Amino acid sequence: MSESAYREMWEKLDLDLAAHDGLLEVLGKFYGDIYLSQKGRLNGAEYLDFVLSEVHGLRIKELQDAKAQGKKVIGTFCVFVPEELSLAADAVQVGLCSGADAGKELAEEIVPRNTCALIKSFIGFKLAKLCPFTESCDMIVGETTCDGKKKAYETFGEHVDNMYVMEVPQRKEASDRELWKSEVLRFKDSLEELTGVEITAERLKEGIRIVNEKRRALQRLNALRAAVPTPISGRDVLLVNQISFYDDPVRFTENINKLCDEIEERIAASEGVVPEGTPRVMLSGCPMAVPNWKLPWLIESSGAVIVGEESCIGTRNSRDLVDESGETLEEMLDNIADRYMKIDCACFTPNDERPQNVESMARELDVDGVIQYALMFCQPYTHESIKLDRRLSEAEIPVLGIETDYSMEDAEQLKTRVEAFLEMM
Amino acid sequence: MIAGIDIGSRSMELVLLDDGNIVSQRTLPTTFDPVAQLRKLLADVAPERCMATGYGRELVREAGLPCPVDTVTEIKAHATGAHALHPEAVTVLDIGGQDTKAISLSKAGKVLKFEMNDRCAAGTGKFLEYTAAVFQIPVEEFGEYALMGENAPVINSMCTVFAETEATSLMARGTRPEDIALGLHMSIARRTVNMLRRVGGKLPVAFVGGVARNPCMTSLLRQLLKADGPDLLTPEAPEMTGALGAAMLA
Ligand code: SF4
Ligand code: SF4
Repeated sequence: MSESAYREMWEKLDLDLAAHDGLLEVLGKFYGDIYLSQKGRLNGAEYLDFVLSEVHGLRIKELQDAKAQGKKVIGTFCVFVPEELSLAADAVQVGLCSGADAGKELAEEIVPRNTCALIKSFIGFKLAKLCPFTESCDMIVGETTCDGKKKAYETFGEHVDNMYVMEVPQRKEASDRELWKSEVLRFKDSLEELTGVEITAERLKEGIRIVNEKRRALQRLNALRAAVPTPISGRDVLLVNQISFYDDPVRFTENINKLCDEIEERIAASEGVVPEGTPRVMLSGCPMAVPNWKLPWLIESSGAVIVGEESCIGTRNSRDLVDESGETLEEMLDNIADRYMKIDCACFTPNDERPQNVESMARELDVDGVIQYALMFCQPYTHESIKLDRRLSEAEIPVLGIETDYSMEDAEQLKTRVEAFLEMM
Repeated sequence: MIAGIDIGSRSMELVLLDDGNIVSQRTLPTTFDPVAQLRKLLADVAPERCMATGYGRELVREAGLPCPVDTVTEIKAHATGAHALHPEAVTVLDIGGQDTKAISLSKAGKVLKFEMNDRCAAGTGKFLEYTAAVFQIPVEEFGEYALMGENAPVINSMCTVFAETEATSLMARGTRPEDIALGLHMSIARRTVNMLRRVGGKLPVAFVGGVARNPCMTSLLRQLLKADGPDLLTPEAPEMTGALGAAMLA
């Protein structure tokens, strides 16, 4: 499609065209510096480049076409929203988590300054009219995870007319499971009402299969990337995880499996993107939404390679599958509820699974160190970072804690920390 | 001859080693033209190789020196320098012009853990420089002056700018200026001790960096860390530690 047709589409979505142009320009430049400059990249990365270059173009066009056919678009901010149900209701689900500073000043007019960058970003994008995904949504699903998000959805809800909030429990007792199950049912009902599509056992089975396949492809990628020498950069895997939230799931799965085939060939030929002996680092903590690539880029340009992301835009989203043995609708809904209750988000208390998961992941990947990443002002993850620091230190796994946001002004300081961490190894 | 250069935000230091012995050490202010200052610093010497560290380490690499230049972070440089000067130290505290670092070391001098202040100048040499200016006292004499204080008021602000406001309003209320100066030192000392505890805070501590020359800081740190004589060590030329470490790593 031509550039002018895109402009027309953006105009229809009521984006601020001038500001949007600015955003795309910065994004393109950033992408060039961080991604296209990589040496020895896989051929399969072309898919990533294409999806990213068309993120506000072709993908939005697809959403508009789907809408024209009567399909609904569901926007989400958190891995707690079951995509299986959206697919079963013949809807498209996209992630809205934003990773850029644009719109921050506007956001600070309506949320406190000491709010994490991720929240300010989705609010800012809305206020500055920058996000064609947000503008395409027929329903935007928030969730009661951290306090920052919970309260921000109230304010955000004043600016959109289709806000829906799911209650995510804070503990994992039997009563919490019950609450969550009822929330899954309520979400199912709301989807049916919105789309006019009845979620039958047959449709849900297919939804479960599609999302599981997507997670299996990500699991496969995560297993393969652990090879020595590292066959794919951490930046590219992060991008794969980011794209998993907004590309069509079936197309995504197909392309990631192709990418994995290519990686298998590389491994067989002992080819890597970095030499053997390059320090292996694992990232752990807050989600990194597009285009938040700052830290991975600083780490990999300091001479290390990232071999795992313990985050929602990472393994927390792909680790667990929904049990596919359910036959009745009720069984499937139970299986969905159970699968999502396994998520070890820092919003839970207690959250003993996460430290265990981080430690065993670090051991399995045989990393030289763990870099904990927290967004400034993120209470749940900064708290857990202190605990994890102790636990990993006791396990004699070097650990570095980084607290930052989306701005580039601390890049030099972060680089010093990362380099010093690598020198320690 | 081997050179170690430490370029900080306020000053740059050079240490020249010959056969492992220090043959020369010197310092110049960084100014707004660090490259010109760097040339001045190296004007009459021709080292075979050079290791640069500090905030401006990349500048040295790009300055086109006539010898190979490598870089190392200030963490490792300070750890190496401090370990060489005080092999018994298991913790290093460096308070420089722009940042403060706490490093825990293994017995062999390897970095085990480190902490640095974040992007703001709270708790660094800059804080002292800034507040000394309010008293119209050269920063070099600020520590002596603060030692004349007896009752330190609590300064709550960690932010340099707000601390200054707090100091001015204390003055307006008639608090003795020496006491306020002591309070300002205390606020950094407390923050520093917290940072040291985050890396384990074991004694003995080697206190290095320019601020280690400040007698009030050393005395307050001794007090807060319950560190007597050999538990808080300061080298003769504490500001040279990073450059020395860099030279040893070259
Ligand atoms: S970190 Fe928690 S709140 Fe954020 S996306 Fe993940 S599960 Fe949701
Ligand atoms: S990063 Fe932390 S504060 Fe921000 S939305 Fe996620 S859990 Fe909440």
